[in-house]
Amino acid sequence: MPLLSVTGLVAGYGGITAIKGIDLTVDQGEIVTLIGSNGAGKSTTLRTISGLVRARNGRVEFLSKPIEKLAPHKIVALGMSHVPEGRGIFHRLTVLENLYMGAFQRGDGEIADDLGKVISLFPRLRERLKQAGGTLSGGEQQMLAIGRAMMARPKLLLLDEPSMGLSPILVQTIFETIQSIRRQGATILLVEQNAAMALEVADRAYVIESGVITLSGRGAELAGNDSVRRAYLGEG
Amino acid sequence: MSILFLTTPEFWFDQIVNGLTTGSIYALVALGYTMVYGVLQLINFAHGEVFMIGAFAGYGVLLALGGQDISGVMIVVALVLALIAAGLASGATAIAIERLAYRPLRNAPRLAPLISAIGVSVFLSHLVDDGFLNGETKHYDQIFPAGKLSLGALNVSYLQLFLMGASLAMMAVLYWIIQRTKLGRSIRAVAESRDNAALMGVDVNRAIVATFALGAIMAGFAGVLYGLFFSSIRGSMGFIPGIKAFTAAVLGGIGSIPGAVVGGYFLGLAETVGRELLNEIPGVNLPNEWKDVVAFALLVLVLIFRPTGIFTQQEGKRA
Ligand SMILES: Nc1ncnc2c1ncn2[C@@H]1O[C@H](COP(=O)(O)OP(=O)(O)OP(=O)(O)O)[C@@H](O)[C@H]1O
Ligand SMILES: [Mg+2]
Repeated sequence: MPLLSVTGLVAGYGGITAIKGIDLTVDQGEIVTLIGSNGAGKSTTLRTISGLVRARNGRVEFLSKPIEKLAPHKIVALGMSHVPEGRGIFHRLTVLENLYMGAFQRGDGEIADDLGKVISLFPRLRERLKQAGGTLSGGEQQMLAIGRAMMARPKLLLLDEPSMGLSPILVQTIFETIQSIRRQGATILLVEQNAAMALEVADRAYVIESGVITLSGRGAELAGNDSVRRAYLGEG
Repeated sequence: MSILFLTTPEFWFDQIVNGLTTGSIYALVALGYTMVYGVLQLINFAHGEVFMIGAFAGYGVLLALGGQDISGVMIVVALVLALIAAGLASGATAIAIERLAYRPLRNAPRLAPLISAIGVSVFLSHLVDDGFLNGETKHYDQIFPAGKLSLGALNVSYLQLFLMGASLAMMAVLYWIIQRTKLGRSIRAVAESRDNAALMGVDVNRAIVATFALGAIMAGFAGVLYGLFFSSIRGSMGFIPGIKAFTAAVLGGIGSIPGAVVGGYFLGLAETVGRELLNEIPGVNLPNEWKDVVAFALLVLVLIFRPTGIFTQQEGKRA
């Protein structure tokens, strides 16, 4: 059984149908990437999986449970964390409060331990714990967003364009972090415009165009595919 | 400014104490406006009636415990019970209003919940006045010990002292809840972004209900304090204090919790001291009702010239 399985998912906004029957699966321990150009429906796919956008049709199963009708907080409780496009940092909450928000659904005694782990993964956050989230730089906010998601101990992590707006060195750091998070046992569904990097770290990949999956396969396989190279890797 | 010396220092101290007393009530009520606005960008015009319900709940408890005959240590017990009953009644009223009048309109155009709010406000005040009281005014029993504290020119009645102290304590507890507890954190998160709070696992509806309830509990407490101080209560009593507390919230920058408190005290002082200052002008003798004129003139001026509040930086940086 895949950890996440999406079948025939349709969703949109008002009169717009943004995704028109998406099928995809994510297995335990995988990094799966969803690539596509602006407006293809990547964010909508993630937002529908995490419950922010209501599915109009189709199914989403997580841990073999149908979740397409659940409210977002119930889906979080099942073990899914979604780092939205734009990072979703609470600007008026402190960095520490933002991190605690990540553990909102937890009641166990190991929250402080995990806080220590996140801070050692992102040492830049340590001196800034008392600062308002809105005062962080873009890169720091991305680290905070990922660190905050880790505070939930997610079984599945949805990442929407974590490299957006970051310098090449920071993009490198973020991708290394994604891989180290996976090594610690998390499963990741990664949406990216930076297709080259995404295909490099991903086990499998899906290509989405105008709300429909048009290609799928192993990451390396798609990186070698001619139409993918032309459309998403900026090659000839 | 030399005209100020025509009146005694005692007189001005009295005005300041009176201003701070009514200001405490405005501040408590203003918190509910500002918190609900913070999470929903909705002006809960029924909040004045939530305050009224609290005043009646407290009145009922005092009456049931013996009214005028309450004495000794029972005074403390009666006050505590009256406050608890008011908090519960106001909280329950606000939760019902949210569920019935606002939640169904959550995604409707902004004007719809506003009209719904005004409808609930009119309904509740008339329900109490015409449905239960036949237009009668009720009076709080004066159970609080008379007497005052005098420090030179400064005189403060025990009741005023209690009122100011109790409201400060209530606001301190609220501030602690908002700043230091998980519930408070979730309310602040929802105020910033409902979607992002939901992605953290916050039940957004629960946080919104909690916001209404906390603001309403403060208003219920304020209703009892109002009754103890002003004595007369009726169904329509929430209207003027409600609009004034809303004014206080706007003065302080609606959405800001410290702003609502500062705005409440500021308005209380402005309307008492402000009227008396005008009275210092030779030939001017404004009756007590001019308090309202001063307060609402302030509201209009602020809405025109500083709609984000007079204590805030112009662009949305809220505390
Ligand atoms: N809140 C919204 N209201 C209306 N339409 C929306 C909304 N959000 C997205 N859309 C539309 O839905 C379609 C898919 O958008 P989506 O954000 O899912 O694309 P995306 O693949 O994430 O794009 P990008 O790479 O630019 O982030 C687009 O046509 C977009 O205009
Ligand atoms: Mg997107």
